[in-house]
Amino acid sequence: MQWGSVSDFFAMGGYGLYVWTSFVATALCMVWEVLALWRRRVAARAEQRAALLGGTDETTA
Amino acid sequence: MVNWSKYSSPQAFYPLAGRLIPWFAVVAVVLMGVGLYMGFFVAPTDFQQGEAYRIIFVHVPAAWMSMFLYVVMAVWAGIGMGLNARLSFMMAQAIAPTGAMFTFLALLTGAMWGKPTWGAWWVWDARLTSELILLFQYAGVMLLRTSIDDMRRADRSSAVFALVGVVNVPIIYFSVQWWNTLHQGASVSMSTGSKMAATMLTAMLLMTVAFWLYSIAVILARVRCIMVERESLPVWNEKPAVIQEAVEAR
Amino acid sequence: MSGSSMWDAIGGIVRRDLLLAMRRRSDAAMSVFFLVIVASLFPLGVGPEPAVLRIIGPGVLWVAALLACLLSLSRVFTADYLDGVLEQMVLIPQPLAVLVVGKVLAHWVISGLPVVLLSPLLGLQFGLDGEPLGVLVLSLLLGTPTLSMIGAIGAALVLGVRGSGLLVALLVLPLYVPVLIFGAGAVTSSMAGIGGEANLSLLGACLVLSLFLAPWATAAAIRIALE
Repeated sequence: MQWGSVSDFFAMGGYGLYVWTSFVATALCMVWEVLALWRRRVAARAEQRAALLGGTDETTA
Repeated sequence: MVNWSKYSSPQAFYPLAGRLIPWFAVVAVVLMGVGLYMGFFVAPTDFQQGEAYRIIFVHVPAAWMSMFLYVVMAVWAGIGMGLNARLSFMMAQAIAPTGAMFTFLALLTGAMWGKPTWGAWWVWDARLTSELILLFQYAGVMLLRTSIDDMRRADRSSAVFALVGVVNVPIIYFSVQWWNTLHQGASVSMSTGSKMAATMLTAMLLMTVAFWLYSIAVILARVRCIMVERESLPVWNEKPAVIQEAVEAR
Repeated sequence: MSGSSMWDAIGGIVRRDLLLAMRRRSDAAMSVFFLVIVASLFPLGVGPEPAVLRIIGPGVLWVAALLACLLSLSRVFTADYLDGVLEQMVLIPQPLAVLVVGKVLAHWVISGLPVVLLSPLLGLQFGLDGEPLGVLVLSLLLGTPTLSMIGAIGAALVLGVRGSGLLVALLVLPLYVPVLIFGAGAVTSSMAGIGGEANLSLLGACLVLSLFLAPWATAAAIRIALE
């Protein structure tokens, strides 16, 4: 282990800005992608369910 | 012997993908955790680049995935064209956004790495240029798809463009390399020069496998969304209770 | 299929397209005017410094040629697509890819060849002379057919698609990068005294490659568009 302290770890030998921007950007992109997919799935299923159940209204009406 | 052709139909593939996603996701998260631990706490400081080199633990996996996913997308596109398989086109469609995201990340983290090591955010090196063109091609594939309303034509047109792009990227790589040897002085060697420590390599490979599994999970999830969106009334992916409800309402 | 009937088919298409273009000469003239205007804008923007102009000259002229080719791409198939001729072509017993070669050849004669013929004049504007000027003409002569070949793929892909003008640029420009690098590189290396032969032969290789691959991709794209 080469880090003397927590602040040492975040400083990354003076390159903290570059290193952490890279890692945080990657993490954000991945989280955003998963969330976007989640929302897309919820929307698609809601639409599908509406079509499945809503179709009955036309036949009964 | 498993009958794999059974899964080539969306109806059979949908539940299979649903069962596989959690496994890929969990293993991806675990490997990412181990890879990050190795990368930040086990791998030593590089004696040339200091701590800045640690960006490779996201940069190299992202760059590899961006290229690899483009090839996989083109292969699915090719299979779709050859066998006229709906599922293949859906896979190609599902891969493009994730591939584009990794291409963007490779460019971003590359700039973050380039600034402290070369003193420039961007250089016209063969790898950077071909990565940039790759991003344009991902954008082209996705834009072509969204501008065509007819689904069958959108599938096939974007497949043709994806396949043409596969020929283009290696040509660009070698042409820029050639061009850089001509413009001497501006050329920058990306190789670190020093041999990588074994722990660095292990961490990088772990992250690569983690990114790969993440991509599989995300792409399978996206292809499931695409299936629901495209198929009219895909009853087969509903829980029996919901179908029952629908039938009773009728 | 006999070789002569293939050449007959290509010749027939080229003759027909050239005849149509002769009736609408202003169309063909437009891409040439465009090239001249774009090339003239750069010195006005960058400044009249001869040394600077000589350095940027090859790149500027090549980019201008590339854009001129891009602007004329919609003319390759659109008219035939709209009046149904393209659908007839698909039904002809000759392979569609062969007919595509004819269409592309005609497109090159109409919009590529004038660029090549005009380039020495534009080269003089940028202070090119002697061997580099010759290499510029030669590189355009080898490169512009490749641009037409690759461009035809994009033109066929966006047939009848909304916003096709911008879309075709986004699709085709990334594919033009190698040609741009080799073309401008040939002139630059000739100016540096290394001689442009290596880049010119790579341009030739690009031309051969595109001649073999692009017609098939274009034919596939046309079939998809007509379905």
